[in-house]
Amino acid sequence: MPDRAGGAIFRGRFLPYALVVPQLVIVAIFFLWPTVRAIYESFEETNAFGTGARFSGLTNFVNAFSVAGEVGTIEVTVILACVTTVLAMAIGLFLAVEADQVGRVRRVYRTLFIWTYAVPSAIAGALWLFLFEPGLGAGARVLVDLGVNWNFALHSLQAFALLVAVIVWQQAAYNFLFYTAGLQMIPRDVFEAASIDGAGKLARFWQVVFPLLSPTTFYLLVMNVLYAFFSSFAIIDVITQGGPGNATTTVVYQVYRDGFQNGNTGLAGAETVFLLLIAAALTAVQFRFLNRKVFYR
Amino acid sequence: MSFRMRSASKALSALLATAVGLLPATSASATSSMATSHSGSRVPITFWSAMSGTLGAALGHLVNEFNSSQSTYKVNLLYKGSYSTVLSATIAAVRAHHAPDIAQIFDAGTATMMYAPGVYVPVHQLMSEYHFKFSTSQFIGGAASYYETAQDQLDSLPFNSSTPVLYYNRPLLAKAGIKSPPKTWTQLANDVKPLVSAGAKCILSASGAYIMWTDMEQFDLWNGYPYATQNNGYDSIKNVKLLLTAKPMVQHWDFLGTLSKRGLYRWNGTTNSTVPFFTNGTCAFYDNSSADINEIEAGAKFPVGITQLPVVAGNPAAPQNTVVGGASLWALSGVPQNTYRGDAEFLHFMMSVSAQDYWASHTGYVPVTNAAANHLHKVGFYKTHPSDLVAVLELTHKPPKPWTRGIRLGYLPEVRVDEASAIAAILSGKESASSALASAQAQGDKVLAEFASQYGG
Repeated sequence: MPDRAGGAIFRGRFLPYALVVPQLVIVAIFFLWPTVRAIYESFEETNAFGTGARFSGLTNFVNAFSVAGEVGTIEVTVILACVTTVLAMAIGLFLAVEADQVGRVRRVYRTLFIWTYAVPSAIAGALWLFLFEPGLGAGARVLVDLGVNWNFALHSLQAFALLVAVIVWQQAAYNFLFYTAGLQMIPRDVFEAASIDGAGKLARFWQVVFPLLSPTTFYLLVMNVLYAFFSSFAIIDVITQGGPGNATTTVVYQVYRDGFQNGNTGLAGAETVFLLLIAAALTAVQFRFLNRKVFYR
Repeated sequence: MSFRMRSASKALSALLATAVGLLPATSASATSSMATSHSGSRVPITFWSAMSGTLGAALGHLVNEFNSSQSTYKVNLLYKGSYSTVLSATIAAVRAHHAPDIAQIFDAGTATMMYAPGVYVPVHQLMSEYHFKFSTSQFIGGAASYYETAQDQLDSLPFNSSTPVLYYNRPLLAKAGIKSPPKTWTQLANDVKPLVSAGAKCILSASGAYIMWTDMEQFDLWNGYPYATQNNGYDSIKNVKLLLTAKPMVQHWDFLGTLSKRGLYRWNGTTNSTVPFFTNGTCAFYDNSSADINEIEAGAKFPVGITQLPVVAGNPAAPQNTVVGGASLWALSGVPQNTYRGDAEFLHFMMSVSAQDYWASHTGYVPVTNAAANHLHKVGFYKTHPSDLVAVLELTHKPPKPWTRGIRLGYLPEVRVDEASAIAAILSGKESASSALASAQAQGDKVLAEFASQYGG
């Protein structure tokens, strides 16, 4: 019998449910259950081996973010997110606008500017570590020749700056890609109209191009912040392991350190709950604003 | 209607069939693998280690020797990563009910393991169950005191054991007119000027990953100072406080900080090896584990001197004794019943004179049993390898005082991380020794209180 229900609508009562079951099972096992577990454990105190668990109220939440050294992990994370987002987006936008205007060799530039994003974070971290390893790396030697007392294993600010550099190096390429796509969606006649009205290059950019790119900018803002919060982990683990002190310990890295290295699941659970709230807030913001089509009118 | 029902039930039965289809396959493979392990007639013993490179090769040699010495058990040696990685992997494995049979846990993880009931089978118990002669007195002082319980029993088998020594660049010292290596830190400070005049670019470096072990823990023990209250945690797990802000400790780190400010002290964080700073001739002195003797002597292109660690000048108690660093072997519980005898046999082999002598003569570690140490003396090993004797003499310099038996602190790896932060702050000149050590102490005390609360119930 040929299939009558050729479209996307199933008329069966159970079939659609049966078909989504595998996905639901995966979500439940890998997302929902760990989340529930983390929330549960955040109210518990156990030893490293998970024995002797008992209810501990909000102790874990208090301990998680009582500022240890001079700078807390939340501060590190927020500063890292702000600095890398602004730098990576500015560089990405600048390169995209410039590459858009160079004519035939545009493709060459585009490829060159995008490839850093294709490097996996851990490998990017290893590359930069290789370059800036105190006393050994080529980049480190250049800095020493320039009179910098380079040793990011000891100097907090240097470690932080190196981390920012790697993240921006990667994320600028991602931003470049999206801005390039965004620029291509702007009709050429808008530029021409602005030119006829006597707008110069800068005025055209700020009054025409930049506003028209606002959906892209907004999307990238969220993505860059998410990257700094969550995906910076690999780079941190390869280059600084959160040090020196806690200078490069983001909240995610703290979860890893407390939960996996120190076996303090309650503390890591409390930190995870905090991260869940951040991720939920960012996602909500993204959905709410991205669904408003602010394109061209 | 009927069509729809049929297609739905068809889909469901297809799903079910797939699910059911998987079951026989997995159970079949499970039975077959069990069958092979029986017919192969060797019980596998999983052994997680933290030894790579030449140390891993020497350990592999011992494992192979054990495997070919009998046909009941087969020890599978698995290099898991750094000491901290082995500890956290073991903890994760215990939590997941997939513990290895034997794990090599480093000194700093001792209390974390020891006070976790049901996680391991105490070695003294295991040995008596399988009728192997075993007592704490079979082990050399520094190793026994480090790992023994309050009842003088060993819960784990002391294995690779070393202690920090002072390495020095003989030609560089000769060039600076220094006749003998320093016995006190003050003498070492006095050697700075002639060494710099002789062209030394760096005076001193210390272990990369374990500088807290060389220059904090062993510094206190060797000088006869307590490192923490409650006899370094041996007397109780409650109310234990670090004593990092004691005057000699602050002065020691003041000195290292001053050297660092002049570029005369080298240390690049816990993840970078400092061995090249010494072997390439940059630093005149090097404070590191005796375990690295072979690597350092092979790497240096100059004659290397090895001597005892300096002490604090004018301290009548010094030198006292150092203790072992390294690792011990733990037999984990919750593993298949038929493996425990294998654990006992393997551990018994590992403490045998032949295994210990092989280990000590192929690495920089000391033999951990008295029998093995005596045998090495008897065959004249220390006559031909006088530098290997330095560690032994430090470990046995005086019988330990109650506060120099070792460091028995829970979550010590975490405390060491806080100490490493303080060290970075001191050496970068960001903080004074007293303020950095005070914040490490506050942080460390928090960790110790957490341990007391989590383990003490």
